[in-house]
Amino acid sequence: MPAGLNINFYAVMPEILVTALALIVLVLDLFIRKNKAALGWVSVIGLICILPFAAYTNEPYPVFGGTIIADSFSAFFNVIFIIAAIFTILISMDYLRKIGVDRGEYYHIILFATVGMMVMGAANDLINVYVGLELMALSFYILVAYRVKSSRSVEGALKYFVLGALSSGILLYGMSFAYGAAGSTNFMEIAGELGKGDNTYLTLGIILMAVGFGFKIAAVPFHMWSPDVYEGAPTPVTALLSVGSKAAAFAAFLRVFTAAFPAFQADWSSMLWIISAATMIFGAVVAISQRNIVRMLAYSSIAHAGIIMIGLIVFNDTGLAGVAYYLLVYAFMNMGAFTIVALFRNKGRFENIDEYKGLSTTRPLLAFLMALFLLSLAGIPPTGGFAAKFFILSAAIDAKYYWLASIGVVSTAISLFFYAKVIFYMYMKEPDPGAEIAPASGVIYNIVLFCTAVGTVFLGVYPAPFIDMAVKAVRPLLM
Amino acid sequence: MEQFFFYMFAIAAVVSAVLVISVRNPVHSAFYLIVCFLQVAAIYILLRSPFLAAVQLFIYVGAIMVLFLFAVLVLDIGREQFRERFHGQTVPALAAIAGLFVVMGILVVSGKITAPLGPFDEPALMKNTEVIGKSLYTSYIFPFEIVSILLLIALIGAVVLVMSGQGKENKG
Amino acid sequence: MLFSYLPILVMIGIATVMAIGALFMSFVFRPSNPYREKLSPWECGMEPVGDANTGHFRVHFFIIAILFIVFDVETLFLFPWAVILSEKALSAFIFVEMVVFIAILAVGLIYAWVKGALEWV
Repeated sequence: MPAGLNINFYAVMPEILVTALALIVLVLDLFIRKNKAALGWVSVIGLICILPFAAYTNEPYPVFGGTIIADSFSAFFNVIFIIAAIFTILISMDYLRKIGVDRGEYYHIILFATVGMMVMGAANDLINVYVGLELMALSFYILVAYRVKSSRSVEGALKYFVLGALSSGILLYGMSFAYGAAGSTNFMEIAGELGKGDNTYLTLGIILMAVGFGFKIAAVPFHMWSPDVYEGAPTPVTALLSVGSKAAAFAAFLRVFTAAFPAFQADWSSMLWIISAATMIFGAVVAISQRNIVRMLAYSSIAHAGIIMIGLIVFNDTGLAGVAYYLLVYAFMNMGAFTIVALFRNKGRFENIDEYKGLSTTRPLLAFLMALFLLSLAGIPPTGGFAAKFFILSAAIDAKYYWLASIGVVSTAISLFFYAKVIFYMYMKEPDPGAEIAPASGVIYNIVLFCTAVGTVFLGVYPAPFIDMAVKAVRPLLM
Repeated sequence: MEQFFFYMFAIAAVVSAVLVISVRNPVHSAFYLIVCFLQVAAIYILLRSPFLAAVQLFIYVGAIMVLFLFAVLVLDIGREQFRERFHGQTVPALAAIAGLFVVMGILVVSGKITAPLGPFDEPALMKNTEVIGKSLYTSYIFPFEIVSILLLIALIGAVVLVMSGQGKENKG
Repeated sequence: MLFSYLPILVMIGIATVMAIGALFMSFVFRPSNPYREKLSPWECGMEPVGDANTGHFRVHFFIIAILFIVFDVETLFLFPWAVILSEKALSAFIFVEMVVFIAILAVGLIYAWVKGALEWV
């Protein structure tokens, strides 16, 4: 083994294990002909076993020739990715049977997407960010198009593919500028090489990379793909796309901008300020007029991306910890909301918000849980959403970003309106006579809903240990 | 002398790229694209990167063009359908491109875009492929292995999307 | 260094001149009679029957093309690998590395095979 490379398999054990699991599921898929849901169970059990490894892997120095680093930051995000993947696979098993595409590839593609996200979170090199991002994106192109016979699914996939490929190209262009300016793709070497200085080449690179990441997190004005893709994709995939893909893109965004370009913070934070403000306002305002529940959640997720970006702009330990904590909370609350949407959505039914009319009388428990998730997304105490928003906005105020914080508050206030609309329909309106009654939730749905609801509430009423974890997670970024 | 060859290849590349989008027969534009790719490969050789030139020939002229021609075969893109696609977006697109060119031009002319030269001089570049190999298979071992997963998922994706298009499924 | 490419350039030049010359000569001597069928893409001199996108051509071609690209890229990675394989200090390490790389792709090949993607039915 060549010296100086720092080959440390223990540091990349989570990635290796998830890859191995994916390959096992892939091979099992070839043997199991009938009961494809068994593959889902294998994946879930495997991921649950890997979760502790991912959470406790902590080798805070660059390994594999400095391209990858398994510190507390990547461990924190690995936990988010794996939890999101577990929930997604659980709700997918029933959903796939419902839409009649019960095929085995689905599960290992989700696992490969998870590997891509984990590589992005742990990357310490531009090449790794790009390769991880492509692995994740390629898996999602396939997953979005999974209902090949549905024209909306294919339309969404094609839009996602074309715009995703374009944004990857822009990102790669930015990376090549950064490489040209610094002579290295390693974050630490880039930061060391550049120091403080006026470098037009690198400024171009930073702008282009911000555009590339902006596409992935669906920030305005690079958000155009997200409502169509969210609507067309199978609903569990939408859930993973809005939680996992967004968290992975934010992880890489944070890592690149804090580890490689800290010297240019003044430049990029003013650029991101505008993007963040536009994203918060646009997402919230457009969501109001949406009738389709998935499109509404898509715009709400755009607005959330804007608020999460505040943490990066603030660029201190509370701000960055706010990003990590927010994404953790978001994984639970958004996953919960999408679980209920996935449960109801069937053959063109329960697409629109007004079809949730009177849900409180027909399915009181599900209506209550949906209300809980929506209130959390809106940021009402005592839910996790409130704690996360409070944390990130107070970090902005501490760092004297008063305008940005007030835009965040305004966006939250506007968003309350459309979340409350769904709750209003569920609780204040009578169900249409003769309308189809919403399906009951099975055991698996109940497990997922229970876990996400407990997570949403627990992160709201007792956030202290998790905030500590988030603060610890982002510490390596600020060194 | 080298500059003469550079301009020769560069002009040929630009001319063939313009022909790609202006000829009417899609098969012809695919062939002009091959010409364009070949010029780019020649420019890579002028830049002392024979490996990249080989990549260009292998991947683009070889594999990607096969895919292009299959796409023309299966989709049957007639020129009538081609024209319909452009709606009214030509003018904004041209304006955006012109703006980008002006900005880049100003930056280049004012000398703002400069980058340090790498540590490789002419004799070191003789061993170009060795240099690439060494860094690819030592420092970049991790992304290299991830690339194999990336290729695997591309293969799986093709099989999934094509094979499932032939089965029976519910619409939804 | 660049001079070693001169024969290739000369060769390309000769080939281009030959090709253009042949086209020019046939342009001078051939009868000119273009009609729509002959000018259509993938022409074979006959009136095309229906549209191509209605299923006359199998989308199966794509799997073959994608397989080709994937293994083309794999082959390409073998070039720089082979060049440095002679270095004693590295050879064992990079050999194992490439075996892992190819093994993962082999899983993909087996997958495509078992799923029947390679069968031409």
